[in-house]
Amino acid sequence: MGKKRVPAVDGMFTMDTNKPTLLGGRSKASGSYYFPKELAGNDPRSVWDNERDEVPLSRTGKVWSYTTADYPPALPYIIASEPFTPFVIAAVELTKENMVICGQMMPGIGISDMQIGMDVQIALDVLYEDDDCEYMVWKWEPVFEES
Amino acid sequence: MAVGEVAIIGAGMHQWGKFIGKSFVDLGVHAAKEALHDANVGWEEIEFVSGANTVRNGYPGWVSGSTFANALGFQGCQLASSYAACASGVTALSIARAQILAGICDVALVVGADQVPKGMFAPVPGDRPQDVDWLRFRLIGLSNPAYFGLFARRRMALYGDTKKDFAAVKVKNSLHGSKNPNARFTKTFTESDVEASPVVADPLRLLEICTTSDGGAALVVSSLEYAKKKGITDPVRVSGISTVGPTYPNSIIDMPYLASDSWLSNGDPNHTFKNKIAQHAYSEAGITPNDLDFAEVYDLSSAYELDWYEHIGLCEPGKARELLHNGDTSIGGRIPVNPSGGLGAFGEAIPAQAIAQVCELTWQLRGEAGERQVDGAKVGMSINYGMFGHGSSVIARR
Repeated sequence: MGKKRVPAVDGMFTMDTNKPTLLGGRSKASGSYYFPKELAGNDPRSVWDNERDEVPLSRTGKVWSYTTADYPPALPYIIASEPFTPFVIAAVELTKENMVICGQMMPGIGISDMQIGMDVQIALDVLYEDDDCEYMVWKWEPVFEES
Repeated sequence: MAVGEVAIIGAGMHQWGKFIGKSFVDLGVHAAKEALHDANVGWEEIEFVSGANTVRNGYPGWVSGSTFANALGFQGCQLASSYAACASGVTALSIARAQILAGICDVALVVGADQVPKGMFAPVPGDRPQDVDWLRFRLIGLSNPAYFGLFARRRMALYGDTKKDFAAVKVKNSLHGSKNPNARFTKTFTESDVEASPVVADPLRLLEICTTSDGGAALVVSSLEYAKKKGITDPVRVSGISTVGPTYPNSIIDMPYLASDSWLSNGDPNHTFKNKIAQHAYSEAGITPNDLDFAEVYDLSSAYELDWYEHIGLCEPGKARELLHNGDTSIGGRIPVNPSGGLGAFGEAIPAQAIAQVCELTWQLRGEAGERQVDGAKVGMSINYGMFGHGSSVIARR
């Protein structure tokens, strides 16, 4: 039996291993999208009517920009295993929602694999683990052509 | 917009660096005394102390106006303490300006200083999943340099900028900084030095990313009448201050957010917060970018400086590297940028940095900048931008 898989933070994404989805908010009044659902700043047009529905966001998008973390990030980032392995970070534009969301690229993706405008999709990966659980987070991965 | 002017009659700094054994209070008091001495104003004459807070030095840092006044000796004047991330120093200045223009006081001391741990800035400790600053580190490892890397790579894709262009900014600013006795780094770097430093956040290397520093800066500001009474007939004047926040929707991810706003409904995908900061300052001062003789901009990274050329209107988007390579933004060029050496030569001492930028405006406009003097400088702009939608700009003239 593997360890129990739990989200690193509740409520930001689904744990559907095959087709995980980021969970955003959508203003009932203005239709604006938000991520994270409650923490993203408000559309001033809906200041008196700011109720947000939880909505699944697009699973795919295009890379708006990318960079690397060549040095270990500070706490509260948890270094999963020593020595630290650098990773790629992508900011991805969701076409339908017209917004850009950051995330790590899946392990094994190097800087030379990246291109602005490339198609990527949401995946789940282990962020860190303890004796009982694996703590999961969303990451981006290239969209492979369906065979 | 017609906004009254105040005079900058004193500027003072403590050198930037790492000063083990000194506290932020020592650095701030040193800068304050330099500014008072420069203004030829006695401490007992100061009617208002406006402090820029540090969040990394415990309670005294959160009440900096009181802390600095106490260290100089409580003499009963009015106090204020402000925190606004990188804009803290100008927020403190803006309160002093308002007090003076409202006739509440004639002369004020503005002080900011910081002492920080070595390494990248990190959120304060504790588990806070309701805080996006905490979330971006915990879930993504999205440090400040990562944002700089994202912006730099975006420039490369949009405008065809190269790593060599970014390195050239560092080379220019290190040359400027080598002529500044208050700078932390006075070595002149070459493009090969930059290329030999390790990658931190691709495409940016260690020498291209602003470090964290200790430092202190202070200003004595007054009404124009007060300056005149002191015999200063032609003071440097603050003619515009901007402390505006972003306008929704902001299509660019700003620190420390995980996502941009959605610009689906009514947004312009080219709109950025940084343009707005500059526009407000120009509007208050009643000038345009063409009136500027030089600018101090917040080069958190080498590539970031190029963004600023465009955001403050020195050139069209994508043309920044032409200005750089023409020598336009070097001392001696058409519109020198960061004659002080900028953050590349100073590092960042958060609450002191915006004040330090205004110190440089003051010295340049007085013609007292020595080897880094911009010839005939009459109008200068400082501008910065930091976390959570705080940014600021000052336009000063003589």
